[in-house]
Amino acid sequence: MLNIMEVHETNQMIEQEKLDVRTITMGISLLDCAAADVDTVCDNIYNKITDKARDLVKVGKAIERDFGIPIVNKRITVTPIALVGASSCKSPADFVRIAHALDRAAKEVGVDLIGGYSALVSKSMTPAEHMLIESIPQALWETDIVCSSVNVGSTKTGIDMDAVELLGHVVKDTAYATRDNDSYGCVKFVAFCNAPDDNPFMAGGFHGVTEGDVVVNVGVSGPGVVSKALDAAKGKDFEFLCETIKRTAFKITRVGQLVAQEASKRLGVPFGIIDLSLAPTAAVGDSVGEVLEKIGLEQVGAPGTTAALAMLNDQVKKGGIMASSYVGGLSGAFIPVSEDKNMIDAAASGCLTIEKLEAMTCVCSVGLDMIAIPGATTASTISGIIADEAAIGMVNQKTTAVRVIPVYGKGVGEVANFGGLMGYAPIIPVNQTSCEAFITRGGRIPAPIHSFKN
Amino acid sequence: MDKAVITVVGQDTVGIIAQVCTYLSQHKVNVLDISQTIIDGFFNMMMIVDYGKSDEEFSALVDGLEELGDKIGVRIRCQREEIFTRMHRV
Repeated sequence: MLNIMEVHETNQMIEQEKLDVRTITMGISLLDCAAADVDTVCDNIYNKITDKARDLVKVGKAIERDFGIPIVNKRITVTPIALVGASSCKSPADFVRIAHALDRAAKEVGVDLIGGYSALVSKSMTPAEHMLIESIPQALWETDIVCSSVNVGSTKTGIDMDAVELLGHVVKDTAYATRDNDSYGCVKFVAFCNAPDDNPFMAGGFHGVTEGDVVVNVGVSGPGVVSKALDAAKGKDFEFLCETIKRTAFKITRVGQLVAQEASKRLGVPFGIIDLSLAPTAAVGDSVGEVLEKIGLEQVGAPGTTAALAMLNDQVKKGGIMASSYVGGLSGAFIPVSEDKNMIDAAASGCLTIEKLEAMTCVCSVGLDMIAIPGATTASTISGIIADEAAIGMVNQKTTAVRVIPVYGKGVGEVANFGGLMGYAPIIPVNQTSCEAFITRGGRIPAPIHSFKN
Repeated sequence: MDKAVITVVGQDTVGIIAQVCTYLSQHKVNVLDISQTIIDGFFNMMMIVDYGKSDEEFSALVDGLEELGDKIGVRIRCQREEIFTRMHRV
C-alpha cells in the first residue's frame, strides 16, 4: 500500500520541482502519401495527419487530468519530406507547398509543433533532397510550427561535406528571412549526425523509415527534480551522488512510461519509445546547468564541467533504462543555452564559451543547441561549426547536432528573445578565423576506420 | 478495482474529512484507506479510494473535488493511483 510520504514526494515534484512530461509525440509515416503531383501529395498528407492525430491533443489533456501530471506539448513527427515529395516536387517552391500542408494539418489537430521537414543525406544528396534543403529558409519563414532537420553524417557513411557547405547558407538565409523576429526561423532547424529515427523532441524529430505506420513516443523532463534531490548529496562522495541521480531519473522516467502506455492504449496506436532526456526550460529551477553547479561547479563552463556532465548523462541513462521497456530518441542530458536559466547566465558572464560547449557535446546526448551567435558570422564558419560537431558524432558513434542562431543585425553582448519554451540567449562570440577553403573543397569525409566492423 | 489517490493539503479546520467523505459517498466512491499527517505545518491527508462503481466520469470527480476544496479553503487533488505506484515501486 502506498504511504502518504511517497504521495507527497510525487506531488511535490510536480508542483514545486517542475516535473512534467515534455511531449507526447505521434510519429506518422507519410510514405503512402507520395504521388505524381504536388497537390495530391499535399492533400494526402493533410488527410492522413488529420485522421491519425485527430484525438492526440484531447487524449493528452485527459491523461494530464487523470494523473495530475502536466503534459507540456503534443507534437507530430512525419517521414522525412525529401522522401515523400521526391516523386512530385520539381523545385524548392514545390517543397514549400508541402511545408504549408504540414503546417495546416498540425494546426487543425491542435498540436504545438510538427517535425520532419527533413532530408537524410549522410552520404550524398538526391536532387529532391538538394531541393528540400534549398527550400528550408522559405519554408521556415512562411510556416509557424513546422520544424526541419538535415542529417549530414553518420559513423557508417562519413560526412557529406557538400550538404554541410549548403547548410551554412541555409542557416544564414533562414536568419535573414526571419530577421524581424530575432532570426527565429533558425530555432526550428537542426543539423544532425547519427540522427535517431524515433526522436520525440524538436526541432530534430522525424519519423524514420525504420518505423511503423503510426507510433507514440514520449519525452520526459525533470532537471528541477534532479536538482532538488542533489540538495541531500551536498558534501557527499561520488557514489552517493550517482546513486541519487540514478534513483531520481528512474522515478521521472517511470512517469513517462506510464503516460506513454496510457496514450498508446487510448489512441489505439503502438507505443514506441521513451526519451529519458533531462529537458530544461528557461524558468528558474528547471535547469540542467543548475544540476551541474550543484554537482560542485561555481558556474557551468568551469574546469570540471565536461566530467560532471559525462557523469550526469551516464547516471540519467542508468536510472532511466531500468524504468522503461523501450528507451530511445536522444536520451541523456540536454544542454541548450537559451532554454536553461543557468546556461544563459553562464554564457552571459563569459564563463561558458562555444569551445567549452563543443567539448561538453562529446559527452552529452545532443550537441550545440540553441546558441545565439553574431549575425555577421559567415556561412562557411557556420558550416565549420556543423562539420566539427558532425565529426564528434561520427567518430564517437553518438548523435550530435547543431542548432545555432546567427541573429541578424545583432552582435556579441546583445540578447535574442525567442519566447515560450525557446527562451532567450545572450549572443556569444564565435572564432571568426576563416575555414572557407576547407568547407568549399566539395565531396565527403570518409567513414572512420572503426565503422568497419563486419 | 479502479484505485485513485485523493490528497487534501491546507490549514486544518473542522469537518474536512466529513465533507470529502460525504461527497465521495454521494458519488458511490468507496474509501479504502485514510492517513493524515502534518508536513511543513500544513494538514496533509491521503485517501485511497475505489472509483470503479462511481456514477461519475473520473474527470468529473477530479473537478468536483477541486471545487469542494475551493469551498472549504484547502487543496484537493484526485489522481489515478498508477502515477504513484509506478514511481515508487519497481
